[in-house]
Amino acid sequence: MTPDLNLWLIPVLPLVGAALNGLFGRRWPKRAVALVGVAFVGAAFAWTLWVASQFSHLAQIPHIEEHAPWITAGGFVANFGFYLDPLSLVMALVVTGVGFLIHIYSIGYMEHEGGYYRFFAYLNLFMFFMLTLVLADNYLLMFVGWEGVGLASYLLIGFWFQKDTASAAGKKAFIVNRIGDFGFLIALFLLIRTCGSLNFAEVFPAISRLGVESAPGVLTAIALLLMMGACGKSAQLPLYVWLPDAMEGPTPVSALIHAATMVTAGVYMVARSNPIFSRSPEALTVVAVVGCLTALFAATIAMAQTDIKRVLAYSTISQLGYMFLACGVAAYSAAIFHLMTHAFFKALLFLAAGSVIHALGGEQDMRNMGGLRKHIPWTFWTMTAATFAIAGFPFLSGFFSKDEILWRAWSSPYGSWVFWAVGVGTAGLTSFYMFRLWFLTFFGESRGPHDRHPHESPRVMLAPLVILAVLSVVGGYVGVPHSLGGEGHFERFLAPVVASPAGTEHEGAAAVEVGTERMLTAASVGAAALGLFFAWLLYHKRRDLPEKIAAAFGGIYTAVANKYYVDEGYNAVFVQPLVEGSTRLLWRGVDAGLIDGSVNHAASDVRKVSDTLRQMQSGSVRSYAGWVAAGAALVLAYLVWVGAR
Amino acid sequence: MLHQILFFVFAAVCVAGALNLLVQRHPINSALSLIVVMGSLAVLYLLLGAEFVAAIQVIVYAGAIMVLFIFVIMLLNAGEEEHSGGSRVAAVLGYPAVALLVGLTAWAVVRSSGSANLKLGGFVGSTEGIGYLVFRGFLLPFEVTSVLILIAIMGAVVLARKED
Amino acid sequence: MVPLSYYLVLSAILFGLGVTGFLVKRNIITLFMSIELMLNAVNLSFVAFAAHWGALSGHVYVFFVMVVAAAEAAVGLAIIIAVFRTRQTLNVDRVNLLKL
Repeated sequence: MTPDLNLWLIPVLPLVGAALNGLFGRRWPKRAVALVGVAFVGAAFAWTLWVASQFSHLAQIPHIEEHAPWITAGGFVANFGFYLDPLSLVMALVVTGVGFLIHIYSIGYMEHEGGYYRFFAYLNLFMFFMLTLVLADNYLLMFVGWEGVGLASYLLIGFWFQKDTASAAGKKAFIVNRIGDFGFLIALFLLIRTCGSLNFAEVFPAISRLGVESAPGVLTAIALLLMMGACGKSAQLPLYVWLPDAMEGPTPVSALIHAATMVTAGVYMVARSNPIFSRSPEALTVVAVVGCLTALFAATIAMAQTDIKRVLAYSTISQLGYMFLACGVAAYSAAIFHLMTHAFFKALLFLAAGSVIHALGGEQDMRNMGGLRKHIPWTFWTMTAATFAIAGFPFLSGFFSKDEILWRAWSSPYGSWVFWAVGVGTAGLTSFYMFRLWFLTFFGESRGPHDRHPHESPRVMLAPLVILAVLSVVGGYVGVPHSLGGEGHFERFLAPVVASPAGTEHEGAAAVEVGTERMLTAASVGAAALGLFFAWLLYHKRRDLPEKIAAAFGGIYTAVANKYYVDEGYNAVFVQPLVEGSTRLLWRGVDAGLIDGSVNHAASDVRKVSDTLRQMQSGSVRSYAGWVAAGAALVLAYLVWVGAR
Repeated sequence: MLHQILFFVFAAVCVAGALNLLVQRHPINSALSLIVVMGSLAVLYLLLGAEFVAAIQVIVYAGAIMVLFIFVIMLLNAGEEEHSGGSRVAAVLGYPAVALLVGLTAWAVVRSSGSANLKLGGFVGSTEGIGYLVFRGFLLPFEVTSVLILIAIMGAVVLARKED
Repeated sequence: MVPLSYYLVLSAILFGLGVTGFLVKRNIITLFMSIELMLNAVNLSFVAFAAHWGALSGHVYVFFVMVVAAAEAAVGLAIIIAVFRTRQTLNVDRVNLLKL
C-alpha cells in the first residue's frame, strides 16, 4: 500500500508564500512579510522532515505521486508528478533546511533595504522552483524547475536593479545559463527519441536494458548535452563566467542560490541521470576532466582576489568542480555527499561574510579589513568552523566528503592518478586561499578607516550561523568510510539510486585497498596543512611577502588577478560581434529601414495619391466643366454601346 | 424642295450664329449672335409645324431673356474679354469630350432613325391642343413651375440687391 | 421632305458648340449664353420628335423648358451681379476662392 505523502505540499507551500508576499506584501509591515516568507519555507521544511520520517515505511522506492495531467501528445505523456527516492529526499532536505536558515538570516540582513517584500517573494519563488526541480518525476518538469531557478536567480541577482552592474550581472547569468539550457533541451529531444518518454520511471528502466556503449553513440550524445546544461547551471568551464558577477546580489542570495542549492542542480541532474552516464565512458571522462580542470582553474583565480565574496564565488566554482569530478568517475554518492557538506559550510561562509560586511557597514574589500576577531566573535568562530571544514581539516564534514571524492578519483575504474593529483593540488590551493581570507579578515591590525566601529550582527542573523557551523562540524559523520572505521551510511543510503550497470561492479576491490585509502587521506591532509602554513606565513607572519611574490611573478600574477581575461575574451569574441550585428542589421536595417520604412512609405504613398487626386478640386469653373463634359461623354458612350449590342 | 432650301439656309444661319458667339470677344456681340440663332430656330420650329412654340421662342427667349442679358451686360459695363490662363483640364478633357459627344450622338441618331422623313405641314401643333395638355394632363408641372418662377423672382431680387 | 436625322444632327452640333463655348470663354455672361444655346438645341430636338411622332406633348415640354430657362437666367444673372460686386471682375478664372 502506497501511502499518499502529499509531496506536492513541499514545493507548493513556498509558492503560496511567494504569491502572498508578491501580491500583498507591499502594503504589509516588514514583520508580516518576514513572517509569511519564513513560515511557508519552514512549513515546507517541516513537511520534508515528516516525509523523511515516513521514508522507511514506504513499500516501494522510488515513490511516485502523480497529480495532474499536463501534456499528452501522440505517444508522449508528461504529467505533474513527484518522485521520492533517497537522492531526491537528500536534496529536498538540504534545500529546505538550508533555505529555511537563510530565510531567517535574511530577516536581519535585509532589514534596512528597500523592496523587503519583493526579496522574500522572489526567495520563496526560488524555493518553489528548486523543489520542483529536485522532486520532479520527469525530465520536463525538472526542466521547468531548472528554468524557474534561472529566472529567480536573475530576479535576485538584479535585486538592486537601479545599479547598472547588478542588472547587467543578472542578464549575464540568465543568458549564459540559456546557452547551457540549449544543450539540455537537445538532450531531452534525444531522450524522447530514444525512450519515447521523459518520465524517470520509464526512461531509466529503458536505459538499463541498453548496454555500455563501446563507441560514442546516442547515449554519449545525451550525456554530453546534459553535461552542457549542467555546465551552464553549475558554473563549470566554459560557462562559469556568470557566477563571480552574480555576487552583485544580496549576500543571502549568494548563500542560497549560488552556493548551496541552484548551482548544485547540475550535480543533482547528473547524479539523477547516472544510468545514462554510466553507460558512456567517453562522457564520464569528459565530465571528470571538465570538473577537474574547473576546480584547479577557479582555485588559482581565487588566490588573487581581493573581494571577500569573489573569493567565495570562485571557491564555489572550484568545489562544484570536485563534485563533477566525482560524477565523472561514477562516484555519484560521493558527489552528493560533498554537495550536502558543501551546502552547509559554503552557505555558512557566505552568511558569515555577509555578517562581516554588515558589521563593517558595506566594506567588501579584504585589503581594508583586519583584526576583526575581537569585535565580532560569533561571526569569527562560525566562520572559522566553515574555513576548517572547507579546507578538509580532519573529522570535519568537508574532510570526509572531499576525501571520499579523492579516493574515488584514484580507485574508480574510470579514475586515474592524474585526477587524484590535480584534486590534491586543488585541495592545497583551497586551503591556502581560504586561510588567506581568514587571516586577512580577522587577524592583524585593522587596515580600515579609524572611525569604523564594527558591531556584531543581530541574533536573528547569528542563529543560522551557529546552526550551520554545527552542521559543518558534524555533518560528515553520516558518511564515514570503512577505512576510518565508519559504516559508510550515506553511500549505502544512496546505493539503490546509483547502482552501476551490470559488468562494471568492483565491490570486492574496494575492500582490499583500505591501506591505500588511508595513505591517500594522509596526503590530502598534508596538502591542506601546507596550504594553511603558507597562508599563515604570507598573511600573518611576514606580511611583506605577498607583494614581493606578486612582483616576482609579474605577468602571471596580473593574468591571474584579472581572472585570465576570460570575460574580456568572451566579450570580444561573442558579445561585441552580436551587438554590432544586431545594431547594424537588425535595428537599422530591418526595424528602422524595413518595418518603419514600409509603414512610412505606405503613409507617404497615400499622401501622394491624395495629392494627385485633389487636383480635381481646383476651384476653376472651367476645369469642372471639362470634367462634366467628359463624364457626360462617357455615359453617352456607354449607353450607345449598350444599345448597339 | 422649298422645304429643304429653307431648312439648309436657316440651319446654316444657326450654326454661323453659334460660331460667331464663340468667336466674338465682346459679350454684347455674343448676345446679338445668340438672338440671331434664336430667330432662325423659330423659323425651323415653324417648318416643323410648331407655331405656338415658335411664337413663344421669339417672345420669351429672344424678347425677354436675351434682353435681360443685354441689360446686365450694359449694367456691368462688361468689356472685352481678357486673356487669362485657361484650365488645362478643360483643354485636355473637354475638347475630346465634346467631339465624342457630338460624334456619338450624330452617329447614333443617323443609325437609328434611318429614313424617317418629316413632311412640311405633316403635323401642325394647335394652340388649343397645347392648352388642353397643359391645363389637364400637365397641370401639376404647370403649378410647380409657377411656384418656381415665384422663387426665381424672389431670389433674383434678393441676390442682386445692393447692400446697405 | 427633310429627314428627321438632319434636325437631330443640327441639334447635336448646336449642343456641341454650346459646350465648347462653355469650355472656351472667359466672360461669365458669355458662359451663360452658351448654356442658353445648349437649352435651345435641346428644344429643337424636342420639337423635331414631336413632329415625327405627331405628339403635342413635345411642345409642352418645350414650353416648360423655356419657363425654367427664364427662371434660371434671372437667378443666374442676379448671381453674376452679386459676384461682380464682390470680385470686381467678370473673368471666371478670377472667381476661384474655393481653390485648394
